[in-house]
Amino acid sequence: METSILKTESLTFSYPAEEGKEARLVLDGVDLDIEAGSFVAVLGHNGSGKSTLAKHLNAILLPSGGKVYVSGMDTADEARLLAIRRTVGMVFQNPDNQIVANVVEEDCAFGPENLGVPPDEIRKLVDDSLKIVGMYSYREHAPHLLSGGQKQRIAIAGVLAMKPRCVVLDEPTAMLDPIGRREVLETIKALNETQGVTVVLITHHMDEAAQAHRLVVMSKGKIISDGPPKEVFQQVEALKAVGLTVPETVELLYELNREGFDLPLDALSDEDCAQALYQLLKKD
Amino acid sequence: MTPILQTEKLSHVYSAGTPFEHRALVDVDLCAYPGEYLGIIGHTGSGKSTLIQHLNGLLKPTSGRVLVEGKDIWASKEATRQARFRVGLVFQYPEYQLFEETVYKDISFGPKNMGLDEAEIDRRVRESAAFVGLPDSVLEQSPFELSGGQKRRVAIAGVIAMEPAVLILDEPTAGLDPVGVEQILSNIHDYHTAKNATIIVVSHSMEEMARTAHRLVVINDGRIPFDGAPREVFAHGEELESMGLGVPRMTRVFHRLKALGAGVDPSVYTVAQAKEAILAALKAKGTSSDEGGAV
Amino acid sequence: MALKDITLGQYFPGKTLLHRLDPRTKILLLVFYIVALFMAKNALGYGLLALTLVGAVLVSRVGFKAVLRGMKPVFFIVVFTAVLNLLYTPGQGEPLIAFWVIKIYWEGIRTAFFMVLRIMLLISCTFLLTYTTSPILLTDALEDLLGLLKKLRLPVHELAMMMSIALRFIPTLIEETDKIMSAQKARGADFETGNLLHRAQALIPLLVPLFISAFRRADELAVAMECRCYHGGEGRTRMRQLKYAGRDYIALLLGLALCVAVWCSNLLGVF
Repeated sequence: METSILKTESLTFSYPAEEGKEARLVLDGVDLDIEAGSFVAVLGHNGSGKSTLAKHLNAILLPSGGKVYVSGMDTADEARLLAIRRTVGMVFQNPDNQIVANVVEEDCAFGPENLGVPPDEIRKLVDDSLKIVGMYSYREHAPHLLSGGQKQRIAIAGVLAMKPRCVVLDEPTAMLDPIGRREVLETIKALNETQGVTVVLITHHMDEAAQAHRLVVMSKGKIISDGPPKEVFQQVEALKAVGLTVPETVELLYELNREGFDLPLDALSDEDCAQALYQLLKKD
Repeated sequence: MTPILQTEKLSHVYSAGTPFEHRALVDVDLCAYPGEYLGIIGHTGSGKSTLIQHLNGLLKPTSGRVLVEGKDIWASKEATRQARFRVGLVFQYPEYQLFEETVYKDISFGPKNMGLDEAEIDRRVRESAAFVGLPDSVLEQSPFELSGGQKRRVAIAGVIAMEPAVLILDEPTAGLDPVGVEQILSNIHDYHTAKNATIIVVSHSMEEMARTAHRLVVINDGRIPFDGAPREVFAHGEELESMGLGVPRMTRVFHRLKALGAGVDPSVYTVAQAKEAILAALKAKGTSSDEGGAV
Repeated sequence: MALKDITLGQYFPGKTLLHRLDPRTKILLLVFYIVALFMAKNALGYGLLALTLVGAVLVSRVGFKAVLRGMKPVFFIVVFTAVLNLLYTPGQGEPLIAFWVIKIYWEGIRTAFFMVLRIMLLISCTFLLTYTTSPILLTDALEDLLGLLKKLRLPVHELAMMMSIALRFIPTLIEETDKIMSAQKARGADFETGNLLHRAQALIPLLVPLFISAFRRADELAVAMECRCYHGGEGRTRMRQLKYAGRDYIALLLGLALCVAVWCSNLLGVF
């Protein structure tokens, strides 16, 4: 059984030189191997190359140098384009600009229709996907009347209907309010846990990144840190140096350590943080 | 002190008389004082967008009044026009309203509409560009060539250039990364202190609000259930949660810490306050344990 | 907000008989109806057609209000037509009203009345079609009915896709227009006063951002569609298969019957 679903090998990418401008190197030797079934967050500031990386994962962009493999298929192989895109689904930031149809279920059917799936199978795929994201009861609604979080869940359902093995989400919550953000994040987690779909979440929200199994930090087109969130967020100074922050819980413990304490920096949840502080206060 | 901006029993009903009738605001009384930094929090659909569009006369109240510097902004056409200039409103994702060939021209759009002379417009454009940290070299560039964060700062400068006494910003940091967020917040802070302007920021981020605002106004279902200092407002954790809002992370951690049995005051809401509280608690314990006490 | 009153292409989801009819049947019925409408020459014919429409609206449950609302944008055209017909229809015998240069004949009133009725029925039945048929089904049906043109190498699928995307983005762009307008008003822009030239110039701050945004949306949508494996009409299937059912044949028969009935009514010299 294969374990790696997405793999990049010394991936470089630069936008070609335009008049009066030099070619801009956006990805600078990225080696990444993503295991099937995992939940990986890619964290980085604006312009770090994280969205460009995402666009390489289903052949929207092709490498300037190096290779990208999806389930062993080279993304540069044009003959495999549809196979690659049905393996890796993409969800983008603005839900309005990825919904094609005027009715929820018809939008959801768009992918399978393109793949030439027989009608009665499409029906089942659509119903199943809408149920997974909890939007089945809205199947006959018009998308433009739904909330941002609901629209984004429709977009996720539209991708799920193609039965992808992996879903890449490029800042899916950036335009949402806290309620929408929570809805989408819970949907993403359920996707990974109950459906076994590999999830790659591109984000600059520390608290979202903290929920992943594995956290990849990017800066200036390179991966600068890679590991479980609990470990990565301990590198408070390194993260701050590249324009990122850490969750407030870690920040507090870090600030206390600067006063001479020696607290563990792995408290990502409120509970862990409270426990760490309680131990500190209890100690004599 | 007399409020610079005030609403009296402000109500707004959309599509009155149809089955889609929706009461977006119900008898809202809101005050903002000169030099104040006010935060408005509420989820999407709570009525906050409707509220802020009343404050500079973009929407007309169904009933009630909006007063700017004591004057009803709907008293005359001129009063409404003046209200637009006295109260500057920066919409969500303001970068999407840029339209001119150069940054300079775009920023000068507001001052031009005010009918100012060339020299004054020039002064204002340069000054507001400086407030948002845009170098002179950018002024002659096309706004569409700039990065997302820079575009947003151009748009904010476009409103600042009208030198409003009250600057209202709807989600000014939405979609930005931590560096971008800090930049915008410090731009707003600079304008606030330099001009002693009243700032009203609408935001979803409790943590951001906790750090910046002097006073918080919560809006829910077209009404204002809470209005007060952050400490007072965040004391209503459960009610805020039920409105889909919640409290800052530090407040949550400290509530948990208190529940564990530590003797801390849970009314902290920023990392800095939390740090102080822990250090103070340790110090108190140090002195009290000398006397044989415990936590 | 005036912009939000536009109901063009709005779909009211439902499960009534009218909703469930095959969209092709509905388009064909619309064609029959329009043909009958242009055949009608007297009160009996128009009466039959008006009754049919009333019946259809009742069955569809979209409500008369919604149908009437669709009339709003064409109100002036209707009034204009009425006035023109009223004034310029020559009649035999004495004018009913003669005042200055205005002469109104009995025939004028009759023609004006029927013209207004014809326009209103025409618009109502067209709206009824868009109210009870989702845009996607509508484009599917058009694509299918125009299938013949495909043989003439016309890009029928592409046209249908364009139409459905346009319909999908109308509400989004209307909302966006409102937003940009408010934002520019907040910067002191004035869209309401001044002469024509002024007003045209005032639209620049609205139109430039709107176009830029529309292009950005188009760009993002194109990528999103590609990601969902869109590669043109070739090899594409449909979730909803268009299939004529018994009710469709009956409806089409009734539609034909209506045409015949209206034609027959012309032979009877009523009114």
